[in-house]
Amino acid sequence: MHDMTGTKTTRAIGIIALLVTAWVVISAFFITPADQVQGDSVRIMYAHVPTAWIAYLAFITTAIASGFSLARRHRTLGFDRVAGASAEVGVLFMALTLITGSLWGRLTWGTFWQWDPRLTTTLFLFVTYVGYLAVRRIDGDPRQRARRSSVIALLAVLEIPLVHFSVVLWRSLHQEASVLNPDGDVRLDGLMLFTLFSGVAAFTLIFAWLVIHRQRLMALADLDRVVGLDAAISARRAEGIGSAAT
Amino acid sequence: MTSFVASGTAISLSGAVVALRGFPALAGVDMTIACGELVALRGGNGTGKSTLLRLCAGLVPLTRGQATVLDVELGKERAHVRHLVGLMGHRNGLYADLTARENVQFVANLVGATHADVDAALQRLGIDARVAATRVAALSAGQRRRTALAILVVRRAQLWLLDEPHAGLDAVAREELDVILRDATRSGATVVYATHEVDRPGLATPRTITLQGGRVVSDEQSLGRGTR
Amino acid sequence: MNVIAVIAKKDLLIEWRTRTLMARVVPFALLVLVMFAVALDSEPLLLRAAAGLVWLALLFSTMLVVQRSFDVETQDGVLDTLLACANPSRVFFGKATALFVQLFALGVVLVVGAVVLYGVAISGDRVVLLVTVVVSATGGLAVVGTLYGAVVANLIGRDSLLPLLVLPVLAPLLIAASRSTEAAFGSNTIDVANGWAWVGVLVVYAVVFGSAGALAFAPLTESDA
Repeated sequence: MHDMTGTKTTRAIGIIALLVTAWVVISAFFITPADQVQGDSVRIMYAHVPTAWIAYLAFITTAIASGFSLARRHRTLGFDRVAGASAEVGVLFMALTLITGSLWGRLTWGTFWQWDPRLTTTLFLFVTYVGYLAVRRIDGDPRQRARRSSVIALLAVLEIPLVHFSVVLWRSLHQEASVLNPDGDVRLDGLMLFTLFSGVAAFTLIFAWLVIHRQRLMALADLDRVVGLDAAISARRAEGIGSAAT
Repeated sequence: MTSFVASGTAISLSGAVVALRGFPALAGVDMTIACGELVALRGGNGTGKSTLLRLCAGLVPLTRGQATVLDVELGKERAHVRHLVGLMGHRNGLYADLTARENVQFVANLVGATHADVDAALQRLGIDARVAATRVAALSAGQRRRTALAILVVRRAQLWLLDEPHAGLDAVAREELDVILRDATRSGATVVYATHEVDRPGLATPRTITLQGGRVVSDEQSLGRGTR
Repeated sequence: MNVIAVIAKKDLLIEWRTRTLMARVVPFALLVLVMFAVALDSEPLLLRAAAGLVWLALLFSTMLVVQRSFDVETQDGVLDTLLACANPSRVFFGKATALFVQLFALGVVLVVGAVVLYGVAISGDRVVLLVTVVVSATGGLAVVGTLYGAVVANLIGRDSLLPLLVLPVLAPLLIAASRSTEAAFGSNTIDVANGWAWVGVLVVYAVVFGSAGALAFAPLTESDA
């Protein structure tokens, strides 16, 4: 029985993640050049783009794990834990995407929000997952909860593309001077591109580290319940002995 | 009406354990009930009666052991037993805003039974025309029970699982219920009902199984009035 | 008899007996239209926004109708009997059909409300578009409502959970229905051809969620406790 959820794998992931993140931070702030048009505010991109990527990675992970949870009867709860952990971490990254995107827009264009397809879809993704987590929080039989959550996660896979498509069509009706997407005009040179990809890699590692730990924590909590079954059965049977009358 | 179960056994449990969120509601039940039997399930609160009924209705999963109901193995495919079994729990399963007849007719339409079947079911349960035309919300507890049982009849449920069907009924209504239950077994159904009460005059059940601590502690065949 | 029709008829019969929709939801929906007028305080703005407001009012009303539809089933535990006698996907379509009829009626009332309260004028050649929009959008509302209504049925605190779950899912429907209704109401931004394009989106939406609902109903209604 472990009292910590760390293993060699997660320690390795953790250390690499830290190193890469350190590199990204240094590069983003000190080494890469400022943008010609946006100036230093372009540096938010190194945070915003990776978090957006992780937000969608989490969404896909939850969906796949949910699919397996429904399909594999024997490992239902295991996959469900992964789905739940991924959603929790994902919601965090979705919020970060929205915040960094909003800040970037504010610095670049002076407004906190744009109704552009990417931000709007991410907003809907965020709300959808808040709802998903609310459903998971409902007390009940773990298997029923796993099934219910899995169905919702899979429905979200249908919902999000539909939302994105509708928003794209919708916004195309409004002839705006330029699609106010800050990263639309940024010219990326080699170093900036490399830093960006490093950022994506770093955040992916952080995501993996968080999800693995979180679902292990969940597993430990569930383990307590299962291991006690034999003892519980004996205790239950003992209820019968003792009182002779019915 | 003959039983359609090839093996002739309605329920066969061996070491059945049902754990709900870690708690073993059933802690190793061994029980065999043949088709056409009328069995009373006794035991106090929390002894596992309701869980046992729900297990046999296919509504809870089997954690350990073997369980076969109407030739369906619950460990593998419990969903298949749902339409063969009629479970009447603490609630009646009726639409309050429809009349008794409409409730029974609705289920009849779902399962493909005819008007005649509905009339027959209502008659067998002693539901007269006036009661049949009354909205369920306005019926007494006993009348609602009988309507729920009429639904079991119209569904041709081979196994009736009733959770404390006598609760809340007066003495006369209880007598009538006993007659209905015995009647049902004569038509080929197997009836298992849970009850709180100690043996009382008038309740001539051939067989009584007592549960305690999630297990069967006694299984008595009373040689009393009435044969099966 | 067709199981889906049997279930739909039963739902509608109960509605007819209790008059919930007519006595409560219709007044609520019209009240929402009135509240919009009070809040926005500008007749030109109301006229321009009429399409969106109609669909918003219908969306909010849908929450009430869906809750009611499942309250009927869970009140006395009838849902168990229903699932013991009929295939889950048929139960889904049966309830969705009944919901469709009710929401369609509500939609008609709201459109009339918009004509009366907001001064919307519908020219003859756009009526076909309008009817098609209401039919297809209501279809989507019905299937999504039934699906998520089943998710939260029997849960404590479901009244606050249903809107949170369902409104993001309904966003594409709201966008498409509002835009195409704008076209039907005769707006300057959207012409009829565009309106029909949005109808396409509505149809796809209804088909996608209709199929998803039929498949999802079985796992959703399985029992584990």
